[in-house]
Amino acid sequence: MDTSTLAIEVNGISKSYGTVKALDKVSLDVRRGEIFGLIGPDGAGKTTLYKILVTLLNADEGSARVDGLDIVKDYRNIRSRVGYMPGKFSLYPDLTIEENMEFFATLFGVTVEQNYDLVAPIYKQIEPFKKRRAGRLSGGMKQKLALSCALIHKPSVLFLDEPTTGVDAVSRSEFWDMLHNLREQELSILVSTPYMDEASRCDRIALCNTGHILDIDSPKHMVEKFDGKLYGIKARDMYGLLKNLREDNSITNCYTAGEFHHLLAGAGFDADKLKQNLVAQGHSDVEIKPIVPDIEDVFIKLLSNE
Amino acid sequence: MSNTHFIIQVKNLTKQFGTFTAVDHITFEVERGEIFGFLGANGAGKTTAMRMLCGLSYPTSGSGTVAGFDVVKEGEKIKRHIGYMSQRFSLYDDLTVMENMELFGGIYGVKSRKLKERATALLQKLDFFEERDTMVSALPLGWKQKLAFAVATLHRPEIVFLDEPTGGVDPITRRQFWEMIYQAANEGTTIFVTTHYMDEAEYCNRISMMVDGKIKALDTPTNLKKSFNAASMDEVFRILARDAQRGD
Repeated sequence: MDTSTLAIEVNGISKSYGTVKALDKVSLDVRRGEIFGLIGPDGAGKTTLYKILVTLLNADEGSARVDGLDIVKDYRNIRSRVGYMPGKFSLYPDLTIEENMEFFATLFGVTVEQNYDLVAPIYKQIEPFKKRRAGRLSGGMKQKLALSCALIHKPSVLFLDEPTTGVDAVSRSEFWDMLHNLREQELSILVSTPYMDEASRCDRIALCNTGHILDIDSPKHMVEKFDGKLYGIKARDMYGLLKNLREDNSITNCYTAGEFHHLLAGAGFDADKLKQNLVAQGHSDVEIKPIVPDIEDVFIKLLSNE
Repeated sequence: MSNTHFIIQVKNLTKQFGTFTAVDHITFEVERGEIFGFLGANGAGKTTAMRMLCGLSYPTSGSGTVAGFDVVKEGEKIKRHIGYMSQRFSLYDDLTVMENMELFGGIYGVKSRKLKERATALLQKLDFFEERDTMVSALPLGWKQKLAFAVATLHRPEIVFLDEPTGGVDPITRRQFWEMIYQAANEGTTIFVTTHYMDEAEYCNRISMMVDGKIKALDTPTNLKKSFNAASMDEVFRILARDAQRGD
């Protein structure tokens, strides 16, 4: 394989904490210039994989390369080539915005001025407050400072561990815009998130759960290859509707999904007949329509198949 | 005085920190048995407002009642009569399932015999009685969240406040959690919930949207979508939050 086209190569990495298997033979590749999303809930092993790839933790088995370098043999060189933004805020709360930036630049032997152009689109938003201590910043500002500090030495691979957790929908969307701007600067990005709706902002994604990878693909293709017919259904009494749907043998699975419940049709499913049955059971305003699955539907199906 | 129709009724509730008005004259009611979604952008004042409603902080001005008690004078009574669960703190990791139930039930003054009965019934309903002697630290996150909800309702509060209860939980468990909420609401418990998941907003009977300390919109999801000419709650949220001056 031509390693020069890969920013990250992970081959069969496992890691246990006592009896808990945090990662179980995980393999994936991140191409250069790609935004690759690790999508999964807490406990999927995302943070453990990050720590192994940025050389803060040793794997029990398997191997990996970052920017073409082996994570064990070349760990020192890797550290200067990656930018890492951990899920937990890890800057110095007693230093100001400006001091944090200078501190991280000095650690990597660069100056803020040298790479200012790269961080400018993000840093400019917090620069007016550069004399403020990091511990006194709001969540959104901390996030921007952490990203600026992770970028100041111009890394070739950027590791972002749940950068948008606990952030509202609008700020999340702005954060993804920033990532897309960074990709234009030829950075490769591995980003993790528990929000499935952010999958569409990635070039490719790995869906993961409890240390396993369920599937790797582009978000678009992952949805296209969903096999099975999915319907949206609603009625006035949504909770009662759900209970009745669960009793129907022609429905493989059904679950809440917002305004409509989603149901996966099984053998002998007939939408018109179902509607008649539900009306006979006392439901009103029943509406059924075929729908296109989203990443959550894919995730639920993959998990149910396990 | 206890109002039979509304479990929360507040008028011009305001909280100032120095010159900063975190919550700015909010007025609204929550009906008994309702699932009420309390949404807003980061920094909109949700947490501050919720703290006042839970009796954890007193308003600078304004008035109102929660579960029949005065938000200005009876914070202590409010605390004892509501249920509360947050994503950040819910259970003690180094106690077993049953020990957590006994601890929290005891704090809320549930008598020990009654407590055993209720804890057992709740665990059986969750199909979780077998795990009663398991350390909470050994449970998957989704189970902890469900258990935390059960603990928050042990003293049979009329209203439960849920502060981002499903953050970081997998999609299947997230849905199971909401089914618990539906069930509790069906049995008459009022649910007051904050979330960043917009599909969950659709499950609420009514939703309020806070922007810059004020309630900018309050209605059913269907009516909100209609009045903002939006296809989803996500879109409604974006339209409202777009004009926010305060960031977080």
